[in-house]
Amino acid sequence: MAADSGTGAAARAAEGRPQSAAAPRSRVTSRAMQVTVLLVVLALAAALPLFVSGFRLFQFTQVLIYAIALLGLNLLTGYNGQFSLGHGAFYGIGAYTSAIMIDRWGIGYGWTIPAAGIVCLIVGFLFGRPALRLEGLYLALATFSLALAVPQILKYFEEWTGGSQGIVLSKPKAPFHLRLTEDQWLYFLTLAVTIVLFVLAANLLGGRTGRALVAIRDNHIAAEAMGVNNALYKSVTFGVSAAYTGVAGALSAIVIAFVAPDSFDVFLSITLLTGIVIGGFGTISGPIYGALFIQFVPNWAQDISKAAPWAIFGAFLIGFMYVMPRGIAGFLQILWIRLTRPAVSKGEGR
Amino acid sequence: MDILIQQIVSGLATGGIYASLALALVMIYQATDVVNFAQGNMAMFSTYLAWSLLQAGLPYWVTFAITVVVAFVGGLLIERIIIRPVEGAPILTIVIVTLGLLVIFTSVAGWIYSYIQKPFPSPFPDKPIRIGQIVFGAHDLGAIGVTLVMLVLLFLFFRFTTLGLAMRAAAQNPVSSRLCGIRVSWMLGLGWGLAAAFGAVAGMMVAPVVFLDPNMMGGIQLYAFAAATVGGFTSPFGAVVGGLLVGVTENLVGTYVSFIGTELKLTVALAMIIIVLLVRPTGLFGRTIVRRV
Repeated sequence: MAADSGTGAAARAAEGRPQSAAAPRSRVTSRAMQVTVLLVVLALAAALPLFVSGFRLFQFTQVLIYAIALLGLNLLTGYNGQFSLGHGAFYGIGAYTSAIMIDRWGIGYGWTIPAAGIVCLIVGFLFGRPALRLEGLYLALATFSLALAVPQILKYFEEWTGGSQGIVLSKPKAPFHLRLTEDQWLYFLTLAVTIVLFVLAANLLGGRTGRALVAIRDNHIAAEAMGVNNALYKSVTFGVSAAYTGVAGALSAIVIAFVAPDSFDVFLSITLLTGIVIGGFGTISGPIYGALFIQFVPNWAQDISKAAPWAIFGAFLIGFMYVMPRGIAGFLQILWIRLTRPAVSKGEGR
Repeated sequence: MDILIQQIVSGLATGGIYASLALALVMIYQATDVVNFAQGNMAMFSTYLAWSLLQAGLPYWVTFAITVVVAFVGGLLIERIIIRPVEGAPILTIVIVTLGLLVIFTSVAGWIYSYIQKPFPSPFPDKPIRIGQIVFGAHDLGAIGVTLVMLVLLFLFFRFTTLGLAMRAAAQNPVSSRLCGIRVSWMLGLGWGLAAAFGAVAGMMVAPVVFLDPNMMGGIQLYAFAAATVGGFTSPFGAVVGGLLVGVTENLVGTYVSFIGTELKLTVALAMIIIVLLVRPTGLFGRTIVRRV
């Protein structure tokens, strides 16, 4: 919520400039407002297990997991402007890393989460390295092909991945004799990981690195001329983005306690893309709205027909591109500026 | 040796199908600089329409003609209604819209026709054709024939008709074409229509082999991507050669490289795409586009 995309920040900066005395105060209140909203959201998130339980809580855990994956994708596509239509592949690699480590090697599930992140960081970096040479559409094509091919590759290495049967895990119990159910423990674990990763991303994007990423997105030649190392930033961003998505995949393997190759098909990648389109490109808060959408809307739509969720996803994808290209987060931002602007101009008039 | 020739011929048959779909992709790419990710699924939907017509008792070739015409009109309408509002938008926007189309077509087909696989008839006799010691599937040969006829028709259209010339002009230099009185925007629509018609033919030719189901085009579209990448996205001729090349490679690799077999077919296509993009991003026949910055 703190850092927003280049255009949003620029718009706000431009707005702040002409006001002299009123400006700092309004910025302070807006900052305080943001912190308040953030704290309220965090308190609600922490208190959630008091109100919901069982399957509902599991769904919210899934929302947090999607939010991490979407944040990863947004780092790459929203902030750095590199297309990925294949992030489901990294989600799958993360999930399988975790599942194989737990099931075949007997490693504690907690260790598998950072391990999945590191594996995906490396895979993402290696994929991002040649992808540097691919611009826009070709990168979209290469990543889309990756998404199409991954389920088959997972099935092929049968002795590790269990083939099309997948791997069945057992849900971990709460440690330290905490009196929590399995679902509650997994929810808090996921929440903790989510908060850490969001804070990390906000810090990364709020500073020098974030400005470099956005500069590459907006004009990579100008960025290069300003001394931004395009190749390094782009491939590292690819790696970090894959790592976020891989961590999300590992969490999903632990929470669902099951992995199968067909759940990481090209439609997962399209789901993730839908999430950032709905949530908003190049925003930190966008992934949360997007995650809520991709978790709950298909559930409701399923009641209409088995095929309905995808028809609705498709309609939303196209509809958002027409009317809200910056997603829910972008819409809220505009709304916020509209709401606060009259007060400022009134103060200036007097 | 006989097996080799047989494999090459059946590779050419599937290659022809990839070529048709790749040609559809290239046609849209040339006109609008966009890859239509929904191309395969539009073809799948047309094939379902053909299936419905056949169920209603129409003869095969009548169905074929009707489907091609309906697909053409459908493609035209999609461009006019859905793609037009985002014409000139950033590439990512248009890619997302075509992905939206992809999932809509998949889900609507699943909704209407269910996800159960359906057999789709071939217009060619079941009996294999024997030349010397070598046995050819009649459908394979027929599919090659149909693809060739379509290609020749397309070539004649672009080479010898005013409309074809106008379409080429609009793709090459939209501003000057507009000044000459060509309705550039409509030419793009026509391009989408033709591409959809080509896709429909590819769908009807491949359905007897892979069976009809809403996800049947997933793998084929990947191969069409590979074909267009190998041939070069800027060259229709390249798309055809790329398609045949990819089809033959797929069959030979599947037969002779034991660890790949049929289980890693899609990975072969992925590898081809990545290698070509790394070594020669414009493909075999593509031209390098130099942009001023």
